[in-house]
Amino acid sequence: METNLPWIILLSPLASAVLILLFAHRSKPLSVALSLAAVFAAFVSTLLLVKAGTVVQTAATWVDLGPALHLTIGLKVDALTRVMLLVVAGIGALVHVYSTVYMAEDAGKSRFFGALSLFMFSMLGIVLADNLAMMFIFWELVGVSSFLLIGHWFTKESAAKAANKAFLTNRIGDFGLMSGILLVWAATGSVDFGGIQQNLGKLTADPSLLTLAGLCLFCGAVGKSAQVPLHVWLPDAMEGPTPVSALIHAATMVAAGVYMLARIFFILEPSPVALAVIAGIGATTAVLAALMATQQDDIKRILAYSTLSQLGLMVAGVGVGAWGASMFHLFTHAFFKALLFLGSGAVIHALHHEQDIWKMGGLRKTMPKTFLTFAIGTLALTGAPYLAGFFSKDAILLAAWHKNMLVFGAALFTSLLTAFYMTRLVVVAFLGEARTPAAKHGHDCPAAMTVPLLILAVLSVIAGYEFFAGSIFGAELFHSVHAAEHVNLVPMLAVGVFLLGTGAAWALYAGRVKDPVRIPLFGNRFYIDEMYAALIAGTQDLLASFSGWFDHFILDGVLVRGLSGLTWGVGYTLRLLQIGNLQGYAFLFGAGVVALFYLLIK
Amino acid sequence: MNPLTLNHYLLASGLLFSLGFAGVMLRRNIITIFMCLELMLNAANLSLVAFSRFHVGTDGLPNYNAQVLVFFIITVAAAEVAVGLAIIVALYRARQTTHVEDIQSLKF
Amino acid sequence: MSPILFWLFTALMLAFGVSVILNRDPVASALSLVASFLCLASLFVGLDAFFIGVIQILVYAGAVMVLFLFIIMLLDLKAEKRRSFNEFALVGGAAVSALFVAGLLKVLSVFPAGAQPFPALGVAKLDDVRLVGITLFTRFNLPFQTVGVLVLVASIGVIVLSRRQLK
Repeated sequence: METNLPWIILLSPLASAVLILLFAHRSKPLSVALSLAAVFAAFVSTLLLVKAGTVVQTAATWVDLGPALHLTIGLKVDALTRVMLLVVAGIGALVHVYSTVYMAEDAGKSRFFGALSLFMFSMLGIVLADNLAMMFIFWELVGVSSFLLIGHWFTKESAAKAANKAFLTNRIGDFGLMSGILLVWAATGSVDFGGIQQNLGKLTADPSLLTLAGLCLFCGAVGKSAQVPLHVWLPDAMEGPTPVSALIHAATMVAAGVYMLARIFFILEPSPVALAVIAGIGATTAVLAALMATQQDDIKRILAYSTLSQLGLMVAGVGVGAWGASMFHLFTHAFFKALLFLGSGAVIHALHHEQDIWKMGGLRKTMPKTFLTFAIGTLALTGAPYLAGFFSKDAILLAAWHKNMLVFGAALFTSLLTAFYMTRLVVVAFLGEARTPAAKHGHDCPAAMTVPLLILAVLSVIAGYEFFAGSIFGAELFHSVHAAEHVNLVPMLAVGVFLLGTGAAWALYAGRVKDPVRIPLFGNRFYIDEMYAALIAGTQDLLASFSGWFDHFILDGVLVRGLSGLTWGVGYTLRLLQIGNLQGYAFLFGAGVVALFYLLIK
Repeated sequence: MNPLTLNHYLLASGLLFSLGFAGVMLRRNIITIFMCLELMLNAANLSLVAFSRFHVGTDGLPNYNAQVLVFFIITVAAAEVAVGLAIIVALYRARQTTHVEDIQSLKF
Repeated sequence: MSPILFWLFTALMLAFGVSVILNRDPVASALSLVASFLCLASLFVGLDAFFIGVIQILVYAGAVMVLFLFIIMLLDLKAEKRRSFNEFALVGGAAVSALFVAGLLKVLSVFPAGAQPFPALGVAKLDDVRLVGITLFTRFNLPFQTVGVLVLVASIGVIVLSRRQLK
């Protein structure tokens, strides 16, 4: 039974996706039922697996090319996998339930749930894969399903563009990932994690190759987890339906990069250069994204930049060697960030798709349940003491303190900014007085939407404690989370910046009706998108004019015209032979046969 | 009179074949051309049967593989005649002629 | 086979062959063709290929020829008015035929097996139909089935081609 459980987890969403997209797409209730059944099957199987607590390796041969390449279809379940499985299947289940209401009126409901099932399949595949080749395939599948879901409202131009942007940006990272996999394979002759670990000596023998392979693999994480410089797709991905943002672009898919780094940490560990680059990029992303978040007005975009910033923190955690702490932060972050997104979804739903926080206000009174859960999520994210985020962020800060003061400083600054912009969001959107008629008539959403919020709120409170997290992580992994030696100063600093950020935002924004501070550099995301656009447009213009010249003179002039002229000339000559007379043909045929005959008997 | 040899038969077959070819070249009625094609086919049959008879195996029997081949040729020829004549009928319906000189559209 | 019969039937066969070509009336051509094939069948019988000889008569004289005559009558073909052979066709046809026969003679003159007289058969009475049948149904069973399919396809093709409303 236990060997079958991983397969049930993996294949039930696939079955649901196939059934919905092939047969059930005409019937919305049936599609929803199929999708829900699949995700709950996966979730229950995950729970059974967590309880069983065994490490299962099942495999069937996929490609066997002798010693050069031996690919297996194998699933690996260890402590790391279990954590991710629980996050993906658990939050996936809640988001499915939430979506039944959020997407109730949507014409493409069946398509939505089909794509959601496809996503669940792909994401669980990444988590369960026991080799890099399988992981890469699922990695790509995740990209495809993310594309489908961001572009769910594809008639809206911005959504279609955002879907393309996400997909193409991810491709850049995926190219790096593929190169990395090939490098690792070339060096060790294996792509499954066990095999790579056995032959790791061959890779570490050449430090520059090791660094290159590590950085290439990291490129995949840069794309999928939206690190600088490939972070531009994630904020735009908020064009997708809000449950999708919660599930994919906050809790699971974007965390896949961090998960992958944790999974291959044994390859990265021997290369200090690769780790330094990872830490640098993570810290840069964390600070930049947090700065951008302080000046956004769209409720979902604030959360998106916050996600970017937190992902940067996790990547930086991996960079300083504390991948256990990063996974812990991923785990807690998944809960409260999903909670915040679903909460913002509830607000958007209640306010008829109003996303500007300056047009809200006073929702504390009209949407009490949403406000309560949203506030808990905010506190957990900002690192209020004794909530989930406090513990996990603390673990990363501690690790950075011991390893790299620069990263520690960046992380601390990020925490300060996080407290600031999240408080700003809550103060502006929920407190004060309603600033528009829509905000006055806000109301709490149906139970199917509020219950997931409540569950996530509870989890956001308890996820950091050892009785909960420890039982999921397992004693060994949980111990590695808190490997760093405890320093009293670090949590004190963390609480200090939390208070400072919250207080500053409160003082600045309480009672305001419009933003008193305008920093165009932050508001416009450091002009990075514009820079890319200019860079790409310039390169494209240059390439296009050259291609145009090449096409016009070389391809058209020489190749096409030349070839067509040659063919035409030969054809013109040859068609003189086509006299149209049957006996003429018979004569040519007979003469040819006789000529051949004489050639043969000569 | 000299005893008969394989060469006699092969020569007779070759002559019949040339006759058929000459007929294909000379006649203008497409049905007659078709008949001449049949002559050529049967010329080939004659040489096959001659080979069969002059290639006696260790069991003292002619080589029947050749005769089976002739059997197949006759079968295929019969099918060919049926299809060919049907095409001629269709052609006649379309063009009201069976003369090859009137059917010269297959040219540039 | 007695040489006299061979020369007789060969001469008749070629003569009727010439008659196929030279007759202006297609019906006469067709009848000459039957006669030529009858002589050919006699040659087969002379070569101890009784079965082939019989089906030659059955298929050609019996089936194919009826088909030819039927089509000739159906299309109501008249004898050609004039016999003006195209010069090009005359020269070309004669040249190719002559070259072919010349080449054949050249090959036969150096073909060692071609000069052998009739080899003796090892059996007194040739059980020819049974032997052809055994070869056909054992060694060539698959081709035999395939030919069956071919004939079926040909029949269908003929029906399709002969439909009135041919576009």
